[in-house]
Amino acid sequence: MSMLHLVNKSPYENGNLSTAAGMMTDGDQLLLIEDGVYAAMKNGKGAALLDGLKVSVLGPDLAARGIPEDKLVDGANVVDYSGFVDLVEATDKVQSWL
Amino acid sequence: MSDTKKFMYINRKAPYGTIYAWESLEVVLIGAAFEQDVSLAFMDDGVFQLTKGQDTTGIGMKNFSPTYAALGDYEVTKIYVEKESLEERGLSLEDLQHLVWEDEDDDWAEKDSIRLVSRAELAEVIAGQDVLFNF
Repeated sequence: MSMLHLVNKSPYENGNLSTAAGMMTDGDQLLLIEDGVYAAMKNGKGAALLDGLKVSVLGPDLAARGIPEDKLVDGANVVDYSGFVDLVEATDKVQSWL
Repeated sequence: MSDTKKFMYINRKAPYGTIYAWESLEVVLIGAAFEQDVSLAFMDDGVFQLTKGQDTTGIGMKNFSPTYAALGDYEVTKIYVEKESLEERGLSLEDLQHLVWEDEDDDWAEKDSIRLVSRAELAEVIAGQDVLFNF
């Protein structure tokens, strides 16, 4: 069973991303949305939590926060809203770490 | 004897994910009408409020980031940004808006509003305030 994990909080604000990352298994995917996108900035401390994970980031939330794509960690996959839907379809379940 | 008090607004939340950043800005602008000695501090995720190039068309929310550039016109000229918070998040001053104010006592010279300070320096500035507003 594959799971899509949604994280919408900054890794500097609480431990949601850390908890989600700790529960992810092979085949699972992570999608960072809203304030969760700050974790994908490559020079930030939060990026260390993403090591070894399949990570997507919601593009409109990056743009809103002024984060250019060249500031993201290597391998981060930027998606739009239809890409979000594709991820939901491609996985068996969604776990939203509110 | 002046009634002027030192007011500081402390911003610790990222923009858009919650309403705190916008609410703070509204209160600052309202408060600016009362001719107090106003300063702003940005620390923790609050430093994300000042990033340049914000474009909210894709999320259907108002982009309030241009308003920070207007603070100088409201005589809000002291904007403290905590260095440790920036560094921890992989940001530098280059990633932030260039905020300025015009000094009428110096032939309207344009001066930087942002003061990059260490955590220890910011603690001293906060200790010297009369009133703190936390957002």
